[in-house]
Amino acid sequence: MTNRLKHYVLLSLFIVFALVPLTGLAQANLEINTPAITSIKQSMQTRHSQLVEFYNSGAVGLTKDGMIAIRDANAVPLAKRQLVNTLVSAENQDRNALYREIARANNHPEWEPKIRSTFGQRWINMARPGWWYQKNGNAWAQK
Amino acid sequence: MKKHASYVSFLVILTMFLSACVTINIYFPAAAAEKAADKIIEEVWQLEDEKNEGE
Repeated sequence: MTNRLKHYVLLSLFIVFALVPLTGLAQANLEINTPAITSIKQSMQTRHSQLVEFYNSGAVGLTKDGMIAIRDANAVPLAKRQLVNTLVSAENQDRNALYREIARANNHPEWEPKIRSTFGQRWINMARPGWWYQKNGNAWAQK
Repeated sequence: MKKHASYVSFLVILTMFLSACVTINIYFPAAAAEKAADKIIEEVWQLEDEKNEGE
């Protein structure tokens, strides 16, 4: 009978160790190749060519919650202030949609805040030298 | 009695295994999210193109 017990235990352990890595594997990548995500990405890519000059001048900075914000309106020539406002609000709309769509594409809408904060860190991490970003105490710092 | 004990231990381990599966499913895949974020950021900011131009 103790042999039988050993059998059960060994069999269970085998099942556990054989299948746990498989469930992990299924989670190894997030789905980011849906039509909705691709179209948001393209729209952001096009806008970036206009935004880059404002990142460089310090007029616009990266916030820690994965958005962008006007940091120094005085760094923008008067004629371009309207343009910057429009670009920033359009960019933030796209970013909100992007985080929402990634969470939805992976069947976990509740992941949205975590995806947002992950992006918040990664945008800042990958920002070019000279660009401004928001630190934990909301103060601005330069890369 | 021993037979009963073996069934109980089997059920206990099976329950632990199934609850582990549920935990994994709820757990946020932070590393995968970072990887996905980096890929999207590289595309949006066209960091790959700049790297290639620099070479």
